[in-house]
Amino acid sequence: MEKSIRKWFALFALPGLICFLIAFLVPFVWGLVLSFCSFTTITDAHFIGLGNYVRAFTVDGYFTQSFLFTLLFTVISVVTINLAAFTFALLLTRNVPGTNAFRTIIFMPNLIGGIVLGWIWNVIINGVLAAFGMNIMSDPKFGFWGLVVLMNWQNAGYMMVIYIAAIQNIPQDELEAAAIDGADGWTTLTRITIPSVMPSITICLFLTLTNGFKLYDQNLALTAGQPNHGTEMLAMNIFNTFYSRQGFEGVGQAKAVIFTIAVALIALLQLRFTRDREETA
Amino acid sequence: MQVSRKYTKWIAFAFLLAVAAYTVFPIIVVVMNSFKSRLFISNAPFALPDSDTFVGLTNYTGGLMKTGFFSAFGYSLWITVASVFFILLCTSMLAWYITRVHGAVTSIIYYLLTFSMIVPFQMVMFTMSKEANMLGIDNPVGIIILYVGFGCGMATFMFSGFIKSIPIALEEAAMIDGANPVRTFFMIVLPMLKSTAITIAILETMWVWNDYLMPYLTIGTEYRTIPVAIQYLRGGYGSVDMGAMMAMLFLAMLPVIIFYLICQKYIIKGVLAGAVKG
Repeated sequence: MEKSIRKWFALFALPGLICFLIAFLVPFVWGLVLSFCSFTTITDAHFIGLGNYVRAFTVDGYFTQSFLFTLLFTVISVVTINLAAFTFALLLTRNVPGTNAFRTIIFMPNLIGGIVLGWIWNVIINGVLAAFGMNIMSDPKFGFWGLVVLMNWQNAGYMMVIYIAAIQNIPQDELEAAAIDGADGWTTLTRITIPSVMPSITICLFLTLTNGFKLYDQNLALTAGQPNHGTEMLAMNIFNTFYSRQGFEGVGQAKAVIFTIAVALIALLQLRFTRDREETA
Repeated sequence: MQVSRKYTKWIAFAFLLAVAAYTVFPIIVVVMNSFKSRLFISNAPFALPDSDTFVGLTNYTGGLMKTGFFSAFGYSLWITVASVFFILLCTSMLAWYITRVHGAVTSIIYYLLTFSMIVPFQMVMFTMSKEANMLGIDNPVGIIILYVGFGCGMATFMFSGFIKSIPIALEEAAMIDGANPVRTFFMIVLPMLKSTAITIAILETMWVWNDYLMPYLTIGTEYRTIPVAIQYLRGGYGSVDMGAMMAMLFLAMLPVIIFYLICQKYIIKGVLAGAVKG
């Protein structure tokens, strides 16, 4: 059977592979090569070694600044989103009236696109700050916390749905046994609920981590990195390096490679965590 | 005991009601302001429209003209539907091929596809848009190729995960009965992939419909999808027409919310399955 399928490579595998080659493989390898080159149009590229990588950090302080901004934002939003989502999930798994309607509503923002989300919160945050005679451009910290609020609004519902599914999978007899033994709410939560949903916690932590780290659309619509690069996240810093200054395309590509390595490290860490968990389980 | 449990239930209810209100509030603000004059939005977005600020449908008519919203809607719809269709078709075939045919080539393909899932778009955006321009695929038809290529990592990964779990005996029986691989795939394998296909379709639809950077960089100067059209309202350094913005934000959200309320069950199931497998 394998042999007869093999003959049909052109039909089954080729269409997808050609698209993959055009959209991913060629741009990826090409980008990797260009990160070691100096160029403005791709035809005049010549090899310069690690120059772009050095320049990524030395040409101005914005790359390092956006790196730190992104890290801080990601850590804070990962914690707040997961705390909120887990709390909602706990409340929605104990037969509170209207559970289905609440779940439907709280999940909804997840489907709205990043650009639309950014502008919605731009209006609301500006409206609140207007009462104090300021706006979101007055201080980078407004943009920072605006992004945190926005990401919580968008992602808490998604993580909540994952936690609800996990909590509903906890065997009922374990909870009953705990109740008979006289365990109070807190003991049940820390001894039974949290350990049983640990796999979902890992998934949600990594989902929010990568979502936060790679954020671009929301950042663009909410503040566009203003004031003075103060709310510029990594993805936006890379975009601006490519497209807002002539002659910095190589630096932009080097930054993109560093960004890719950082994202890949997070993914490897996740793989490691998931493997460990499966071995101990 | 009974009494306190009843109390906690109502406290939980009140808390969830507040969360739900907080979730809906921004959307209501957008709808409300879409009927107000642009001059009264930035400073007082929480005030209801009154006889001074109400402007009827002016923001809608102005916004539709400025953004070319209807054509943006058309491009978004076409690109999303066509991309998702071809992603499903190409990747289900590809996944079946690389799962059933063993060898160095198919495992290399599998690893490359898996690797592509973690690479952020910023890594390829510059070279991809240059290449799209050189190949002449920087138009609403050609961009489908880019979506299939960039989306096929996750889709192939999920399809082949499922194909590994279905017994090969059915396919063998069909082939012994004289069906060729094409018939076997389309008559036997494809129908079994239905639930995975729905999951993938939902995840890819959410991605393509909301995607901003790829259409902006490849086709954005000539053809604007909805996210590109909305960001376009920002223009250069001038101030943004917030009235038109509010109207367009509402029009952009409306189809998504309607779609969600109709297919809610599938969407929640889909993102759940996607999260656990991805």
